[in-house]
Amino acid sequence: MKPRFAMYWAASCGGCEIAVLNIDERVLALDAAFDIAFWPAAMDAKYRDVEALEDGAIWVTLFNGGIRTDENEHMAHLLRRKSRLLVAFGSCANEGCIPGLANLSTRADLLRAAYDGPGSEHPGPARPQTAWDAAEGTLTLPALQPVLRTLDQVVEVDYHVPGCPPESHQIAAVLDLLIAVARGESEAPPKGAVLGAGASTVCDECPRSRDVKRIRALARIQQLPPLDANLCLLEQGLMCAGPATRGGCDARCPRVGAPCIGCYGAAPDVLDQGARLMSAIASVVDADDAEHIDRVLDGLPDPAGTFYRFGLARSLLRAHRAALAAEE
Amino acid sequence: MTAPAFEPVIIGFTCNWCSYRAADLAGTARIEYPPNVRLIRVMCSGRVDPAFVLKALADGADGVLIAGCHPGECHYLEQNYKALRRHRLLLRTLAQLGIEAERVRLAWASAAEGARFAEEVRDMVALLRALGPLRWPARPIPAAHAQATTPTQAAVTEVTT
Repeated sequence: MKPRFAMYWAASCGGCEIAVLNIDERVLALDAAFDIAFWPAAMDAKYRDVEALEDGAIWVTLFNGGIRTDENEHMAHLLRRKSRLLVAFGSCANEGCIPGLANLSTRADLLRAAYDGPGSEHPGPARPQTAWDAAEGTLTLPALQPVLRTLDQVVEVDYHVPGCPPESHQIAAVLDLLIAVARGESEAPPKGAVLGAGASTVCDECPRSRDVKRIRALARIQQLPPLDANLCLLEQGLMCAGPATRGGCDARCPRVGAPCIGCYGAAPDVLDQGARLMSAIASVVDADDAEHIDRVLDGLPDPAGTFYRFGLARSLLRAHRAALAAEE
Repeated sequence: MTAPAFEPVIIGFTCNWCSYRAADLAGTARIEYPPNVRLIRVMCSGRVDPAFVLKALADGADGVLIAGCHPGECHYLEQNYKALRRHRLLLRTLAQLGIEAERVRLAWASAAEGARFAEEVRDMVALLRALGPLRWPARPIPAAHAQATTPTQAAVTEVTT
């Protein structure tokens, strides 16, 4: 019998699933090497099918998405128990990603925005209930947890594949590696390894030249004159997360004139992606008195959301103080 | 019996050339100031990475003091300006996470200003006593990870095609 493969999504957008399918016909190699036991985006299987398996029966699970609801947490524990290898796949599972930005708000504020804000068609105040008695029986919904946590903040993780989503060529390479390991043709990487990524920063993969280490103003791309095609975007006043972000993407965004937004997470040996980015940006601002510095920094209207666009949930502080307080 | 008053814990990063010597001078001159600050000597205020501050706050400090040489007097020419810029930026980010500006202070003190250093600490302690404890919740770290992997130790396997 072929070893079993699973892929699951928790608090995520589904882009990781698309990225796996984006490897085109090479996905057939996956099907050839593995028995696909559970993959809600690609085939029909129920949670009870997973529950019925023996512990460790799945050889590898690619888990994407953060842990935001009780259901996410339940599935993280279940798939950990059933899988020999659990891979945190994509930015959400690794560092929270865009869903992790909700950690800047309390759960009450999130629900208020979603249910009372524009776009809500409900006539009065409404909140999702975890249990509701209807004529047909009790209806249930998983509870929203106070903050989003990364997969490795909830269960033990064997490997990490970063990216939002991981680049297709990297996914193909990771799958090739996993298939080789499953067949005993290759040695398993050490536990905790980051797979399918570079060992340095996006800047190191970026072909743009870096000359002056001074920026006079920060602005959004639509506020700037046409950009120089060969000069560092940061030096042209565009906030770029390249200095703090792990490479492996071949600097795809800065190559075509869009700044790096940090989706591969913290660069190797960086404890906190946002802190490293703050350090890098502040270092090159060309202003020496507080008032002038503040004027330049006004060009960055949402610092926390910019520096921690992907890395908030796994950062040192993790969330807004009020959101964390609800967790205790 | 009343509960003991809240005493804030402050981590103080002081530079080797000015502010650490100012703290030293405050000691030898027997200038009294509250014992709430735990000093860490760094070579320069420009060495203080925002991650140091975040880690101090995340791991239990109620406030962080960064003290360097006066502007224009940095031993490394202009690194204290770097500290100033990082501080301005860090405060903006911290505000979005619910952390008050009073908790992270940047101060200047020359090696001759023991009294000024003591005054900065006194002032900060008073503000933090009024503000109350920060008590940042501990990060959830799975048992297996605590010993096995820090970002430095984690192996990186570069897979390229």
